[in-house]
Amino acid sequence: MQSDPRLEAIFSSFDGCREELILLLQRVQEEFGYLSDAGMEAVARFTGVPEGTVFGIATFYAQFRFTPVGRNHVAVCRGTACHVRGARCILEAFEQHLGIKQGQTTPDREYSLETVACIGACGLSPCVMTNKKVQAKMTPGKVAEVFGRNGSAAK
Amino acid sequence: MERLSITIDGAIIEAPTGSNLLEAALAAGVYIPHLCHHPDLEPTGSCRLCLVDVEGRGQVLACRTPVEEGMGVRTDPGEVEFARRVTLELLIANHHGDCLSCVQNQNCQLQQAAARVGIDPQRMARLRHPEPSGERDASNPFFTLDHDKCVLCGICIRTCNEVAGVDALEFAFRGHRMRVSTFGNRPIVESRCESCGECVERCPVGALVPKRFQQPAREVRTICPYCGTGCSIALGVRSGRIVSVEGDRSSPVNRGRLCVKGRYGHDFVHHPDRLTTPLIKRFGRLVEASWDEALDLVARKLAVYRGNRFTAMASARCTNEENYLIQKFARAVMGTNNVDHCARLCHAPSVAGLAQTLGSGAMTNSIGELRDAACILAIGTNTTAAHPIIGLHVKEAVRRGAELIVVNPKDIDLGRHASIRLRQRPGSDVAVLMGMMRVIVEEELFDHGFVAERCENFEAFRSSLGGFDLERVEQISGVPGQAIVDAARTYATRKPAAILYAMGITQHSHGTDNVLAVSNLALLTGNVGRPAGGINPLRGQNNVQGACDMGALPNVYPGYQKVADPAVRSKFQAAWQAELSDRPGLALTEMFHAMSAGRVKALYVVGENPVLSEADSSHVLEGLSQLDFFVCQDIFLTETARLADVVLPAASFAEKDGTFTNTERRVQRVRTAVEPVGQAKPDWWIVNQIARRMGAVSFDCGNPQAISAEIAAVTPSYGGMAYERLDHGGLQWPCPTPDHPGTPVLHTERFNTTGGKARFVPLEYKPPAELSDPEYPLLLTTDRSLYHYHTSTMTLRVEGLKTLSDRELLRIHPDDAARLEIADGQTVEVRSRRGRLEVEARLTEACPPGLVSLTFHFPDAPTNVLTHAALDPASKIPETKVCAVRIEKLNGKA
Ligand code: SF4
Ligand code: SF4
Ligand code: SF4
Ligand code: FES
Ligand code: FES
Repeated sequence: MQSDPRLEAIFSSFDGCREELILLLQRVQEEFGYLSDAGMEAVARFTGVPEGTVFGIATFYAQFRFTPVGRNHVAVCRGTACHVRGARCILEAFEQHLGIKQGQTTPDREYSLETVACIGACGLSPCVMTNKKVQAKMTPGKVAEVFGRNGSAAK
Repeated sequence: MERLSITIDGAIIEAPTGSNLLEAALAAGVYIPHLCHHPDLEPTGSCRLCLVDVEGRGQVLACRTPVEEGMGVRTDPGEVEFARRVTLELLIANHHGDCLSCVQNQNCQLQQAAARVGIDPQRMARLRHPEPSGERDASNPFFTLDHDKCVLCGICIRTCNEVAGVDALEFAFRGHRMRVSTFGNRPIVESRCESCGECVERCPVGALVPKRFQQPAREVRTICPYCGTGCSIALGVRSGRIVSVEGDRSSPVNRGRLCVKGRYGHDFVHHPDRLTTPLIKRFGRLVEASWDEALDLVARKLAVYRGNRFTAMASARCTNEENYLIQKFARAVMGTNNVDHCARLCHAPSVAGLAQTLGSGAMTNSIGELRDAACILAIGTNTTAAHPIIGLHVKEAVRRGAELIVVNPKDIDLGRHASIRLRQRPGSDVAVLMGMMRVIVEEELFDHGFVAERCENFEAFRSSLGGFDLERVEQISGVPGQAIVDAARTYATRKPAAILYAMGITQHSHGTDNVLAVSNLALLTGNVGRPAGGINPLRGQNNVQGACDMGALPNVYPGYQKVADPAVRSKFQAAWQAELSDRPGLALTEMFHAMSAGRVKALYVVGENPVLSEADSSHVLEGLSQLDFFVCQDIFLTETARLADVVLPAASFAEKDGTFTNTERRVQRVRTAVEPVGQAKPDWWIVNQIARRMGAVSFDCGNPQAISAEIAAVTPSYGGMAYERLDHGGLQWPCPTPDHPGTPVLHTERFNTTGGKARFVPLEYKPPAELSDPEYPLLLTTDRSLYHYHTSTMTLRVEGLKTLSDRELLRIHPDDAARLEIADGQTVEVRSRRGRLEVEARLTEACPPGLVSLTFHFPDAPTNVLTHAALDPASKIPETKVCAVRIEKLNGKA
């Protein structure tokens, strides 16, 4: 694949040694919002680490995502408080509503869904972050509401 | 190795120093449960099953604890048993699958551990994960990975890294989702996996298993029929069929390892396309005939063409014994030296060049020594694709600290392991090598003593370096001067340094010059005649070295004894009881012209497919069409055999006895595993039959062993090669006497030249015969795929190999493609001055801009209609590595 100027720009401030791997992956994710296969392959080539190893390391850390974020990002909290109050059902409701699994993005790139650890709003649990906004006291029934009138466009 | 003694569970056992407790115990027959340990791999201590108690130290992992004198080890204290049970139960809880239907049943390390530890079925039932994930990767045609059975021991991952050097696998994800994964969690076939099956061989449980498995009734040790590496294999046979293949761990060549072709490429033996009866052309059609009819016809016809109107093509796929008989037939029965084989198309320049400088054209050193090299220079060899197991040795050397310098116009996989990469323009090798040598001489990095004592003609050579200053070298080759300097310094200072080369060096109209440049470089640094160094031409076919050794060449008898030498000739006249010609015969590449010109009227082809393998195939077809009589002997009805007047069905490698000589001059035994299909017969039998029917007297050896004794009697370098001596890893020639141990390293004392000294040769740069121009603006080079062999008569008849690679692809740089508006996957027309073909384009940066490449494995895209038969004057090899082409997209076609 052709070299990407945005990747080149990131690499220009690194030496390409193995130790920089995590840092590099973080920078690539900052730049692109996620780690694409091409991005990881480029990091692998740059550091001389086999690409399978890069993938293994990246998937080991929760901070990395492998699909682009949608224009609307939904993060379902699975911290203890939310978990106890049924975060699982909330997640399932979102999965069903959007037609994707956690960690995925709708094909039209409109919505992405992931789970996160406690977002510090335990008093309002179970809760969900949509973009920067906390949706408090969620119930499966409120899922459609979150998306307002265009909820069906998510499919 | 020194041994010391330790006590395990009260019993005293001996162990070699340097081994670990687990290995010591297992070797002494004391079983300690273990899953993540494999003797070929670095221990990681991840499964924690091999826990033992060492007196004074407490619990340790046996696989990570070196033995020490007097150690007291217990495998059975209560706390050890408890900890082990907990670990094991967790593993079993995550392991789904029914033992009785598992390929590994009885062979499984998990079963064995469970039997030793004693698992409570009730507790197990409670622990068990409720649902198997059902995740299986069955994408590879040869094996499956069942994640539900995987115990995450990591052996496959480490094998792929440490043994195969491919790095296709890694643990990915975490917690309960952790699993063995490829990059991006893609199906294995879409990963960089090379399907060698080494991981499958080592998986301790039934997670990675071959798709097809049948317990063999018996095993036969023999040699892989594909490349010149000559790996030793054990064919498992059941009911007259080959059902399994295993690498032979006792072989010094492959030490049990195999590549995808060697491990999975043997279905062609039982393929329905095999020729099973002789065929005779009647009214333009080949129809079945009896052996008697066919042989009588051949004998009668050939009798008419004795002398130089006849020519024979021997086969680098056949045994030594068979090649010996074929050339003897041409010489003693037909009275001509017109015999040659495909070595002409691969290493004729090595034979011509190295014979001149060193006195012998073969690999100077042995494959097994590579791991001890401090530097390896791999030039013009895509080793991991064409000689995969030699590729493993190179990667192993790198793991052990060797510097690897890769010189290749294309970005080949070996480059990943290299510390220095040079990407020269095709055909500029002399400039690159001479440039390096100029640096070495200027910086006084050469071996003065070696040059003075063991070489001659140094001064003349030194002055020829004048023209190779770095600017000019860069101009010719495109390689930056600094890279030349780095490569020169690394190669000259890290000793021993080995040079590997293959067809990227030889297949040029100045192929012999390339070989001479390589030879100069090794001599200059004193790297010849020492272990782990040397000049190592990697020979292509399983027995191309042997076919040359046996004199299937137009100018020499067996053992490179010259036909023009009267003393030699009279020796062979006496041995063969026949009048022999003193005139060297035609080279393979000259034979077709001779046919076109009507000088050769009868042809006998054994196990070759020149219609696809020769450069500029239209001149081959033209030549064949002018023949009066054409006999072809093969295991399949090849593109060439279809044109013959008589086709004789031959036995495959698995159906006969004999010897092959691999690229490192190692003569190894080939053994009958199964009976020939139908009425097929071994080539040696067929040649004998024809010769006898023509009244020849000395063709009465009734079996390969007897032929081999005859070879030993007339071939000094094979004098000590007797079958009973070849049972344990074979012998490397020269091996002149029955008690000679063979010769792993050539030229240790003196060179095989008249004065005993090696010769430097002054060189000049010569460009390829055809360069790009406005009409044909791109250069085409040819290369090989890992999954196929030569013209693919065998590999395209192995379903799995076909699945992995089923069509020709024109590799082209994205910039060139963009200029020509060609998209990946589009069908394009490739045209040269000689022909055209249509092929699918594949965009890749592996090809530099301006260079495109094709293999020649696929009959429906016969690359050699394009290539240029410009011959190297010294060796008559055609320039298949470079020709000019034009590429156009085909509109309206997918
Ligand atoms: S088959 Fe060979 S290349 Fe493929 S994953 Fe296994 S060890 Fe690696
Ligand atoms: S597939 Fe086999 S070798 Fe690989 S980790 Fe699983 S159990 Fe171990
Ligand atoms: S490296 Fe060559 S000889 Fe060895 S298994 Fe592969 S094809 Fe056969
Ligand atoms: S657990 Fe969900 S906000 Fe704290
Ligand atoms: S065998 Fe020792 S920890 Fe796995």
